[in-house]
Amino acid sequence: MHAVGGRGAMKLTGAEIFIECLKREGVKTVFALPGGVVLKIFDMLHQQKDVEVILTRHEQGAGHMAEGYAKATGKAGVCLVTSGPGMTNVITALADAYMDSVPVVCFSGQVPTSLIGNDAFQEADNVGLSRPCTKYNFLVKDVNDLAATIKEAFYIATTGRPGPVLVDIPKDVSMAKAEFTYPNSVSIRGYNPTYDGNKWQIKQAAEAIMKAKKPILYVGGGVIFSGASQELVELAEMTQIPVDMTLMGLGAFPGEHPLSLGMLGMHGTYQANMAMHYSDLVIAIGARFDDRVTGKVSEFCPYAKVIHVDIDPTSIRKNIHVDIPIVGDCRTVLRELNQILRATVNGEQKDLRKPWWDQIQEWQQAHPLMYHQEKDGPIKPQQVVKRLYELTKDRDPIVSTDVGQHQMWAAQYFKLAKPNRWLTSGGLGTMGFGFPAAMGAQAAFRDRLVLCIAGDGSIQMNMQEMATAVVSKLPVKIVILNNGFHGMVRQWQDLFYEGRYASSYLDTTPDFVKLADAYGAVGLRVNKVGDLDAVLKEALATDKPVIVDVPTYPFENCYPMIPAGGCNHEMLLEDPPELKKKQSGATKVTPEDKDTVLTA
Amino acid sequence: MEHIISVTVENKFGVLSRVAGLFSGRGFNIESLSVAPTLDPSMSQMTIVTSGDERIIEQIVKQLNKLIDVIKVVDLNETEFVSRETAIIKVHTKDADRAEALRIVDIFRANVIDSTPSTYTIEVSGDPKKVEAIINLLQPLGIKDLVRTGRVAVAREPVRPAAAQPKKVARE
Repeated sequence: MHAVGGRGAMKLTGAEIFIECLKREGVKTVFALPGGVVLKIFDMLHQQKDVEVILTRHEQGAGHMAEGYAKATGKAGVCLVTSGPGMTNVITALADAYMDSVPVVCFSGQVPTSLIGNDAFQEADNVGLSRPCTKYNFLVKDVNDLAATIKEAFYIATTGRPGPVLVDIPKDVSMAKAEFTYPNSVSIRGYNPTYDGNKWQIKQAAEAIMKAKKPILYVGGGVIFSGASQELVELAEMTQIPVDMTLMGLGAFPGEHPLSLGMLGMHGTYQANMAMHYSDLVIAIGARFDDRVTGKVSEFCPYAKVIHVDIDPTSIRKNIHVDIPIVGDCRTVLRELNQILRATVNGEQKDLRKPWWDQIQEWQQAHPLMYHQEKDGPIKPQQVVKRLYELTKDRDPIVSTDVGQHQMWAAQYFKLAKPNRWLTSGGLGTMGFGFPAAMGAQAAFRDRLVLCIAGDGSIQMNMQEMATAVVSKLPVKIVILNNGFHGMVRQWQDLFYEGRYASSYLDTTPDFVKLADAYGAVGLRVNKVGDLDAVLKEALATDKPVIVDVPTYPFENCYPMIPAGGCNHEMLLEDPPELKKKQSGATKVTPEDKDTVLTA
Repeated sequence: MEHIISVTVENKFGVLSRVAGLFSGRGFNIESLSVAPTLDPSMSQMTIVTSGDERIIEQIVKQLNKLIDVIKVVDLNETEFVSRETAIIKVHTKDADRAEALRIVDIFRANVIDSTPSTYTIEVSGDPKKVEAIINLLQPLGIKDLVRTGRVAVAREPVRPAAAQPKKVARE
């Protein structure tokens, strides 16, 4: 412990202590929206220059920006909201961060302690509201506890399995004074994450890996958060094991690496899902066997032994039986595993696994990712993502997405070379995540290229943040795959609800080009596929926020697809014949389709 | 299968709601839950009676451990344990029933802790079977009110050979 100024130092207000704590934690940016009970804090933030305040237009935006900042930097993202509606608005972002293990520290204002429980103006039970969607939360009742609480909040958010932490600060606590001391370390008797894996288990894992004929690495977001990409590449290359990535794990392993099979799961590649299904050893690292990955649990990986490395013991054996569980930090465990393997691996593994690789290559060639872009036909969404990838890959961009078809196409076609470049909402599936998350990343890296691939449905869920992007000079490049539908919903309706488009057709969407213009951003439209490259290049050369509106073929479906609850080796690879017939020649929504909408 | 889980937690406000919220949010059962401070007033001891198959109980124990305010979790079913529950039963008693009620109280080594001309209030303590049994016997008399504490439980100390036993001042 050390006190600022030593004994007899001037006392600081809670608001000043808050800022001092942020500085100690190395926080440079706070995404925030003011209100009555946090005015003291904003007033102090206004009078200093160390911490930048980015004023958002909605608290959900602030929360997602903090997430984007955290995912891109690997450090905690910070947001600050007021009581009542400020808190309820940020809940979605906290729930999103909780599902995807994103280190976020959210500060909320609270009514003065004397009024708590009185149904005061803009009062909400912030701790109660956020309990099921935060890793931990605090109500600070005494200004003397504030500094230690903030220290604990950052510690909990960023250690173990990361997650969001809420600190609720009543108005009187932000105004009251206390001597400022910032603890150097934190000790919480009920919280001791395990970093080192059990040595004996790691040895077992190494032996299983040596023996396996058809092994597969199944890696998730945990690899990215623990910074284990390098160790993962070493493991895969040394043992010649193919790598499947989850949606959250994209970028953990280079997407264009010959050992990469791409994403697995509901819209994963054919080879990724087949390799998973027929493998004899699944090596899961920092992934949690989500239902979008396992499909039908009873038929998941029927021939495989399972090794599962995860820092969160509850993830292990939650959905799937595990033969060799290893609780620990991915990076620490992989280092140890690699060390053992380095001594034992020899050329034999390559021979041992040759039939396996032959099989995988067969799968790869049989059903690669596929779409047909006609030269003068409607623009295919996959083509947009593919060209965007090819035009930007040399600039090492950060890419965010919203949720839906465009997200899956981005996951399939935008091949990330490095970790911390991929911002997407996986667990909660939050439409409206992409744009603010991209802004958060841009705020952390002002000089980098940050792209947001969005749908016309999703982008409207946090469109208001365009004002923030313009004012705060966050030149995110948004590419809207505009099909006039909630496309993934429309796809499910076509496949499972006999084509009745209940509430999926958006009918009128705003003119995004004019909308961008109205906000003071730049709006561009791609009218035909031949213009795609030119317009994208123009957008990339602009130093302001840009919306590129790309009207795409409205009936394009995302494949491969494992229907919910289906088995991983039984993928739909293209539209069923009757659907193809229905949609042949259709390029836009016809009056009949609209009738379906209206009568469904 | 029924499991009794003993949970040592921080004695802070909101901890009970974190534990209860975990059970409700994840769809785990709570048959009973009792909580009170320990010898160290900074900690509380919870006894949770729950049920589920092996995988569910494993998840319950892990999820409890994951809570930051939880200091220690023991699934008592993995060891030998003793458990007790207290019930307070208010029974209608008129005329001849009063003698019958006292006989039952006597058999179960229960206590009458309040008495009015028309009721006895009976306190009984024991394992759940005993509590069930006295309730069943009292039911024909007419039970007016019944409150139960839920179970509390503690692991039995392993019995070691006398020679190996460390010299300690016996607490019992």
